[in-house]
Amino acid sequence: MPENNNNNNKVKTEQRGPNMGRGPARSFEKPKNARTALARLITYLGKNKGLLILVVVFILLSTASSLAGSYFLKPLINDYIIPGDLPGLANALLILGGIYLVGILSSFFQNRLMVRIAQRTINTLRRDLFEKLQTLPLRYFDAHTHGELMSRFTNDVDNVQNALEQSFPQFVSNILSFIGSIVMMIVLSPTLFIVTAVVLVLMFIIMKEITGKSSKYFREQQRTLGMANGYIEEMISGLKVVKVFTHEEKAVSTFSQLNEEYRVAGTNANFYAGVVMPILNNLNNISYAATAMVGGILSVAGRFDLGSLAAFLQYSRQFGQPVVQITNQLNNVLAALAGAERVFEVMDQEPEEDNGIVTLVGVTKKQDGSMEVLEDDGRPSHWAWKYPQPDGTIQYVELKGDVRFHDVTFGYEPDQTVLKDISLYAKPGQKIAFVGSTGAGKTTVTNLINRFYDVEKGQITYDGIDIKLIKKADVRRSLGMVLQDTHLFTGTVMENLRYGRLDATDEECIEAAKQVSAHSFIKRLPQGYQTELSGDGTNLSQGQRQLLAIARAAVADPPVMILDEATSSIDTRTERLIEKGMDKLMEGRTVFVIAHRLSTVRNSNAIIVLEDGQIIERGDHDDLLEQKGRYYQLYTGQYQLT
Amino acid sequence: MIKKLAKYIGQYKKYVLVAPILVLLDVIAELSMPLLMSKIVDVGIPGGDNGYIVRIGIYMILLAIAAIVLGVMNMKVSATAGQGFGANLREALFKKVQSFSFTNIDHFSSASLITRLTNDVNNLQMTFIMGIRLMLRAPMMLIVALILAFQINAQLSLVLAVAIPILVIAIAFIMSKAVKLYAVMQEKIDALNNTVQENLIGIRVVKSFVRQNHEKKKFKKTNDDLTAAAIRAANLALTAMPIMMFVINGATIAIMWFGGGMVGNGTMGTGELISFISYVMQILISIMMLSMVILMIARAEASGKRILEVLDEEVDIVDPVSLTTDTTNLQIPASGMVAGPVNTIKTGKVEFRDVSFKYAVSGSGEYVLNNIDFVIQPGELVGIVGGTGTGKTTMVNLIPRLYDVTDGAVLVDDVDVREYNLTDLRKGIGVVLQQNTLFSGTIRENLLWGNEHATQEELETACKDAQAHDFIMSFPQGYDTVLGQGGVNISGGQKQRLYIARAMLKKPKVLILDDSTSAVDSATEAKIRESFHSNLKDTTVFIIAQRISSVNKADKILVLDDGKIVGMGSHQELMAGNAVYQEINTSQQEGVLSNA
Repeated sequence: MPENNNNNNKVKTEQRGPNMGRGPARSFEKPKNARTALARLITYLGKNKGLLILVVVFILLSTASSLAGSYFLKPLINDYIIPGDLPGLANALLILGGIYLVGILSSFFQNRLMVRIAQRTINTLRRDLFEKLQTLPLRYFDAHTHGELMSRFTNDVDNVQNALEQSFPQFVSNILSFIGSIVMMIVLSPTLFIVTAVVLVLMFIIMKEITGKSSKYFREQQRTLGMANGYIEEMISGLKVVKVFTHEEKAVSTFSQLNEEYRVAGTNANFYAGVVMPILNNLNNISYAATAMVGGILSVAGRFDLGSLAAFLQYSRQFGQPVVQITNQLNNVLAALAGAERVFEVMDQEPEEDNGIVTLVGVTKKQDGSMEVLEDDGRPSHWAWKYPQPDGTIQYVELKGDVRFHDVTFGYEPDQTVLKDISLYAKPGQKIAFVGSTGAGKTTVTNLINRFYDVEKGQITYDGIDIKLIKKADVRRSLGMVLQDTHLFTGTVMENLRYGRLDATDEECIEAAKQVSAHSFIKRLPQGYQTELSGDGTNLSQGQRQLLAIARAAVADPPVMILDEATSSIDTRTERLIEKGMDKLMEGRTVFVIAHRLSTVRNSNAIIVLEDGQIIERGDHDDLLEQKGRYYQLYTGQYQLT
Repeated sequence: MIKKLAKYIGQYKKYVLVAPILVLLDVIAELSMPLLMSKIVDVGIPGGDNGYIVRIGIYMILLAIAAIVLGVMNMKVSATAGQGFGANLREALFKKVQSFSFTNIDHFSSASLITRLTNDVNNLQMTFIMGIRLMLRAPMMLIVALILAFQINAQLSLVLAVAIPILVIAIAFIMSKAVKLYAVMQEKIDALNNTVQENLIGIRVVKSFVRQNHEKKKFKKTNDDLTAAAIRAANLALTAMPIMMFVINGATIAIMWFGGGMVGNGTMGTGELISFISYVMQILISIMMLSMVILMIARAEASGKRILEVLDEEVDIVDPVSLTTDTTNLQIPASGMVAGPVNTIKTGKVEFRDVSFKYAVSGSGEYVLNNIDFVIQPGELVGIVGGTGTGKTTMVNLIPRLYDVTDGAVLVDDVDVREYNLTDLRKGIGVVLQQNTLFSGTIRENLLWGNEHATQEELETACKDAQAHDFIMSFPQGYDTVLGQGGVNISGGQKQRLYIARAMLKKPKVLILDDSTSAVDSATEAKIRESFHSNLKDTTVFIIAQRISSVNKADKILVLDDGKIVGMGSHQELMAGNAVYQEINTSQQEGVLSNA
């Protein structure tokens, strides 16, 4: 007799092949607060909530049809088969077919609906998560590894999806059919049910025992696996060093030991995880046997009939499956809630705070020096800060690129000051260079200018406006940045250049590339500007990537530029080649430069030497040489930066 | 592929052989249940024979208990065999990877090798375990149930002749389509992960260009693509279930119809009918299960392929054949000089004979080194300068045979490096790689990599020479200070000094420092150089440096440009007559503040 829903579940769990590998890993995860996570996940179902009711209706229908199908055995055998009433049998079988059909169709629709709901829900979940990430402050990314955040998108969202698509509906349907089977058995024969109930209690006890053991071994498995994998990771990352020190054999023997420990622990864990199935299945068979035996005796005594016995046996066969699966599914649902919790944790992070009111607008400058705000989105000749005053009027301040630090003190962590009482100014069009050891605070200065972090003490002004009043997006739009670690995106070279300004034409991008001497190497790439860059541009050399990043900033054409070790990976000779381009790029802009090479620094209007977060010297190249201080030492090679 | 992988079952073979017997017995025990039950219904009840009913009932219970024992044993066997197979495979891979040459290492990225050794092996291991548990069970179920059904009523079995083909064809059709759709879905998953990853890595770029909305749009597209692909794949897979249920239920009804008639005219017992239906269901479910196993194996195939790629990778640098197979035969090295059977490096003379080199992996196929030709006498200190990408690192890597020359020959002590036993060669040559690593453990443990039998005194001497002793002693735990993975808790300059000390502990005849003091301040660097002069008189030292000041006191300076040696001589000689050297010197007079 078909075990409608139960088989359905069984085969489907097996369908998820690849998941089995990590299956047990997630079974022991528990959410911190299941109820809140669940409530919140339900709100995520959003407009699908109506559909969910439909799903439950379908689950009810398919469970009912499965139960009814089994019960139908009783009249079928008693009334038609045994008496040999063929026309009646035909009729009855038609009805049975109808019941089956309802079951098949409702479980089909239920699955389809659930896939739809689950996919839509996690689509929203993923989108919200991604959009949230975009708003988070850099501090958050400093404190969390990429791997950690990636696993929100992969493992955690996957868990939610699996639970929604499978575990949850199966859980519901198993509970229903479990209860339904018990009810039907009691209806058929309370006496026989007692036999079944005894085995049922036995099942629960054994199950608990095994689960306890298996979670102990499972933890041991995870520990040893972690050690073995950690060793693999370390030895492979450092493989070249291993080779140079001819350490191969030692590495292999250490690994053998770790591998063996994992093998033993894994065997135990796997054994206990696997053993549940045969034990419970066969306990169910014992219950089946006992039922057949007692049912047989009852029938002989005339207190039971064949049809009822057949139906009862059917139920007792069926209800073992839900018991086996319910715990599994509950674990999956809990794992999913734990995953959802972690996703929500990210979503609950404070977004980058932005109380800015000043925005950037395009203007045209009239002869008399007054400005007119441009309405369209075209490329304006000038920019201005739109500054709403407390009295309701709006003041327009021309964007010139005048940046000043007034006694700025800052630390990434509350108790670690990175910058102490920094005061400096950059007048429009000036080139300001920062020199100093790693950790002296050079990059921090630039991080404050573009409001990646906000100052705690002191003030930074931009064209006379407190930078905190300017909207972050608008500050950044006015700045071009080229960082030491260049990051490119999957796509063509052209698309990467256009990242600087989305409405730039191909010609403008090529022009910018030419300006910074990137054109010639791009042209030599297999498809020129249409060459696809993969995985952060790994098919380019570091120097080529830096050239692209510089060109990208040139496309953006911002009034202020920040170059943080922008040419560090370009060798001195190539740097000379692009010097002209760089000079042109910097022309007429306020530029902040961080560089190790004096060639990049020497023609700056001001060179600021930082040490331990403080300015120890400032002046132009000649001034500083005259001072015979740290810069002089650096320049003459008496002192090296670390 | 399966054949190749199967040999890693190794010593666990007996478990794999026992498994089918256990499964077969288990299947027989389980499938006997319905048959015995039919005896109760057809013989016991009509005959009113309680004794018979109880006897059969007890048989059934005993069978179930036996099945528990068999099932538990099978779980033990499959877990042992599966984990054992995984362990063997992991170990073989690890060994193989340890035998890789630098070329092989470059061929795979570290990340991909790690994935293969961890995820892919675990994937196969799990498939293997499930395979033993299901793949054996499903066909046995199928066969035994078929036999029993046929025995109960051959005529009724004809129903199966219709049901089975329908099911098989439907499943095959769906599976073939589903595999493609799931592959598409996987692509979309990869694309989505890629987008997220890029945004995490490049978050500063995104923020500084204010491209959040642009990225959101990009993400929305990949996200929606994935959702669409996932729904398409799932919907197809979902059709399998109703088809199967339809066939099973249809078969049940057909059997009840034909069987019901037979029960009516007395040619078949009611119990037989009930058990027949059980068997038919078992048969059809087994077919379904079998298809799932096939799907599972198909999915594991990708992992298997990736693993075999590593195992099948040809290691291009191996010990010379004559050494490993025939040690009695004195070999005649390419240099024409006869060397002893054990080739330990004694003097440290290094010679490049018209060496050209290109990387096997990089696509360009351009020569990185061209016709390099020079001789370095034992104990000389050699500086190597040149712009980035001119081949400095490549050149020195040829000495310890990290790569093999494409043309020409590299000789140490007048013997071609290819004639040495690799371990002997590398034991005699200390290399401080540009991209170096420390391992988790204490400072002492890391230093002992250089020489595992080094005494504390030797450790301290090496560390003093490398200017590392003082900072090590400034840690409360001194030499027993625990370093995090990759030495995260010490500075770059300190790491570099440990690398140097570690290499010096080998007491090598040839020491190669590839830009190894870039993060060390110049005063300290000068002291390290000083110790090379005074304490490593018998060691040939190669120093690759960015700064001319690092090498200007060397006995010989090699100037590289575009893969060629364009100058060789002392600082004074080169300053007098070498344009490239002069140019580098001038550009540095302008000053390189640091190479950090």
